[in-house]
Amino acid sequence: MSDIQWETVIGLEIHTQLKTKSKLFAGTDTTYGASPNSQVSLLEAAVPGTLPVFNEKVLRYAIRFGLAVGAKVIAKESRFDRKNYFYPDSPKGYQITQLNHPIVEHGLLAIQGDDGKQKKIRINRAHIEEDAGKSVHDKYAEFSGIDLNRCGTPLIEIVSEPDLSSAKEAVAYMKEIHTIVTHLGICDGNMQEGSFRCDANVSIRPKGQQRLGTRTELKNINSFRFVEKAINLEVKRQIKVIESGQKVVQETRLYDADKHETRSMRSKEEANDYRYFPDPDLLPVHIDQAYIDNEKQFIPEFPAAKIQRYVKDLGIKTDDANTIANDKELSLFFDDTVVLLKQAKAISVANILLGEYSALLKAKDTGFESQPIKASQLSGLLDELALGNISHKISKVVLEKLWDSDLTATTIIKQEGLAQVSDSSELEAIVKDLISKNQSQFQEYKEGNMKMFNFFVGQVMKGTKGRANPTQVKSILEKL
Amino acid sequence: MLINRKEVEQIAVLAKLSVSEDEIDAIAASMDSVVEMINHINEADTKAIKPMANPMDAVQRLRTDVVTEKSNKDTLLSLSSQVDEDYYLVPTVVE
Amino acid sequence: MEFKGIKQTAKALANKDISVQELHDMYLQRQKKHAGDLNCFINDTPEIAKNQIQIAQKRINDNHASLLTGIPLVHKDLFCTQDIHTTCGSRMLENFVAPYDATIVKNLSDAGTVTMAKANMDEFAMGSSNENSYFGAVKNAWNHNRVPGGSSGGSAVAVAAGLVPIATGSDTGGSIRQPAALCGVTGIKPTYGRASRYGMVAFASSLDQAGVFARSAQDCAYVLSEMCGFDNKDSTSAQVEKENFSVSLGQSIKGLKVGIIPEWMDSLPESIKLKTEKSIQKLVDLGVELVEIKLPTAHLAVSAYYVIAPAECSSNLSRFDGVRYGHKCDNPKDLNDLYVRSRTEGFGEEVKRRIMVGTWALSAGFYDAYYRKAQKIRRLISEDFATAFEKVDIIAGPVAPEVAFEFNAKKDPVSMYKEDIYTIPSSLAGLPCLSMPIGLVDGLPVGLQLIGNKLQEAKILNVAHQYQQDTTFHKLVAEGYYE
Repeated sequence: MSDIQWETVIGLEIHTQLKTKSKLFAGTDTTYGASPNSQVSLLEAAVPGTLPVFNEKVLRYAIRFGLAVGAKVIAKESRFDRKNYFYPDSPKGYQITQLNHPIVEHGLLAIQGDDGKQKKIRINRAHIEEDAGKSVHDKYAEFSGIDLNRCGTPLIEIVSEPDLSSAKEAVAYMKEIHTIVTHLGICDGNMQEGSFRCDANVSIRPKGQQRLGTRTELKNINSFRFVEKAINLEVKRQIKVIESGQKVVQETRLYDADKHETRSMRSKEEANDYRYFPDPDLLPVHIDQAYIDNEKQFIPEFPAAKIQRYVKDLGIKTDDANTIANDKELSLFFDDTVVLLKQAKAISVANILLGEYSALLKAKDTGFESQPIKASQLSGLLDELALGNISHKISKVVLEKLWDSDLTATTIIKQEGLAQVSDSSELEAIVKDLISKNQSQFQEYKEGNMKMFNFFVGQVMKGTKGRANPTQVKSILEKL
Repeated sequence: MLINRKEVEQIAVLAKLSVSEDEIDAIAASMDSVVEMINHINEADTKAIKPMANPMDAVQRLRTDVVTEKSNKDTLLSLSSQVDEDYYLVPTVVE
Repeated sequence: MEFKGIKQTAKALANKDISVQELHDMYLQRQKKHAGDLNCFINDTPEIAKNQIQIAQKRINDNHASLLTGIPLVHKDLFCTQDIHTTCGSRMLENFVAPYDATIVKNLSDAGTVTMAKANMDEFAMGSSNENSYFGAVKNAWNHNRVPGGSSGGSAVAVAAGLVPIATGSDTGGSIRQPAALCGVTGIKPTYGRASRYGMVAFASSLDQAGVFARSAQDCAYVLSEMCGFDNKDSTSAQVEKENFSVSLGQSIKGLKVGIIPEWMDSLPESIKLKTEKSIQKLVDLGVELVEIKLPTAHLAVSAYYVIAPAECSSNLSRFDGVRYGHKCDNPKDLNDLYVRSRTEGFGEEVKRRIMVGTWALSAGFYDAYYRKAQKIRRLISEDFATAFEKVDIIAGPVAPEVAFEFNAKKDPVSMYKEDIYTIPSSLAGLPCLSMPIGLVDGLPVGLQLIGNKLQEAKILNVAHQYQQDTTFHKLVAEGYYE
């Protein structure tokens, strides 16, 4: 064991598939899961004579991403370049990407660093490029099968500077990017389906050294958990290599989750010179400031900002704020409801959503997006509760009755006679009536048997079908 | 010699073309004469000049995001000499 | 029937002097007699013709015909024609059947033309002599021992021999103009972006343009007008209004300023120089004014072109790998073998040479010194033309430095490339340009090039038309062939 203190240097390249209806350069369907080669236009099959035409949605989504990460540069002129290499999943023999004039540059993303403090990670660039097709290797013995459905799907590749210092930070950064692209609605973030993919560039160097060590590129990591595992494995491996006197080889390595190791990929890029040059079938993309500004309206409030607002302005507990803010549908519903409240406080919305509402959703096997109760109905219910018009117990009953109904809480309470009885004289009368029918129990209560206290409260509640205001009942009993 | 044998081999690898031993010298020679002609471009002073990608200096037109293509599967696969069950087949790619 | 131009033919068809079928058959007879010998066709298209003849005749009968309805043509085999072989003159695509029509093919078909064959060409449009075709060289109708020029040799010869009245071609560095000059026909390349490149198999994307061969500038104007037009499937398609280039034919050219480039004139062999000067003098007789102009960077055009074109083609031709269509080698032992052998077997010498040069020019460390530098020279040349067009309306000059040469005369590739010294500059600048016949030297045709400013096809066509109203060089027919 050497005494060298090693520090880890990580940069991430994240490929996000954009949620457009059609592909990057042709009007081909992008829906996931189609049968092989059924979503391939002549262009994606690289039939001679076909030409690319640029999908505007892709440009707009890319601009939104740039705005969301505070990019210093959203290029008023960006270009497409060809990256030339031969591989079966890239039929043209080149991939169309952006090398020298990407659409977005110099963004910044805040994460929680290893030391617990906020750390700003620099995003070098985000550029547009087309996805490649897929190969299947296990179907045939001597052949690989090529499916071009994915070929030509628009991607944004997000490249960070090597500012990440640990696997944990890498995961935090990756999660943050994931949150941004999903909350922007530009990517569905489905890692199993390959809409969100991550490659990690990992190197180590002695602590304090400025020069970067040789890096390896880790590919094929399709979950947050695997990112952390793969990077940690690789760092360990590199330390071992160097401490045994050898050098780290610059190469691409695949993470094998089953074997719990990274292994060298027989490089498809051996000695590869991509011979980048501007694609002559496409022209420079020109946008002006007005075009960029128009996209600002599509930038939502991101979870980090939401959490701040929930905690500071609305007094929500941090944990609850986290839960709500990080769920796009839930937070939208929360915000919509809070805005309509008249008497109730925001915290009651949080409580009911995370409590009874969630429980009901689960029981009925549905999600927030199905909107079984409108925001206005929920706010109405909570206002009734805040006004003391119903008891807490009754509110649960009303909640269920609101499910998939068009009625308001007020109407249901009225129709079903669920209003809380708070009138003290009415309650006193009920209590006195009960006492007269239960003399011995009352005697025991007077002698200090607290069980009898609950008995009477319970009886009152039973007699009023739960509508009695329990606080009132208790204070009446206490006075007697 | 502007292009040497090694370069010819390297270029052939990138271009996925084969050159046999006895062809290399001839190819190098013919490429040499072309490169010699091309090198005349160095005569021009172009420091302050912007490259011209398109003679009309036009800019990229944008396409609306709609699906306009139907499945071309049968047509496309019929053009290939090696397909099976909707897949193009290539000799196994080892990754 | 003697062919006297599209207009007359359209009249004859309208008057029922001749039916579409009869017109077609007349040309078919000629083709049967001569096309094999000249080797100007790769595949015939009788099925398409049959269908188009019916449609055309019906239109004529219903009085819905336009000028091109029923007019036979051949398409250079570079343009995709649905359900018909498109070979690009290459073994690589020997059996390739395109699943769609190129836009220019569709435009002309919609205008009523009848496709009779796919014309032979230099492989993938690379060449200046049509000696680079997998399907054999094309012979010049004027002299069977000589080349017709290239790469659109087959198209030029088909029109020159009277086997069809019109033909499509493509021009990247001179591939319409040069064969037009060597074969004694009129040929035009429009402004870059005028004609859609969708369906035209790409050679050098920033230079390729579709164009026309015909017996006269007037007929070129009719065909070019139908062929051109904005196409949303081509990002480089010019967003300009479709134009009828024949409308201004006949407008006076008195006082028109014609630029002459003394360096070009002085570099010509004497016999060609004389012919060229004579034709320019004729223009003066017709009322134009000559103005001497300079194109200071044009002498670097060929060098810049042979960086840009091979670079772009090396990338454009990467899709030919034996997997999804085209030639595939037998029993590949692995993926690399599949690629290498399919491509090496499928491509001819010149194509491979240009792919190698292009790959080299783009390789690591060379991009700035070569491709980027060449693009800068391109801008300089373009600016030279722009400056010239401040003083002149059109430019007149030579097309080729010599008449049709013998087969195998140019073994050295660079000597072949130098065929294009006068045509490449306007290609780099994307300008419209044409070649029209101006007589014979040693029994072989010579052409005059007219170059217009951007989008000025009508202007150069008009000048050519006026010239042709006053001369008969464009009517000269090689012995044994037809008008």
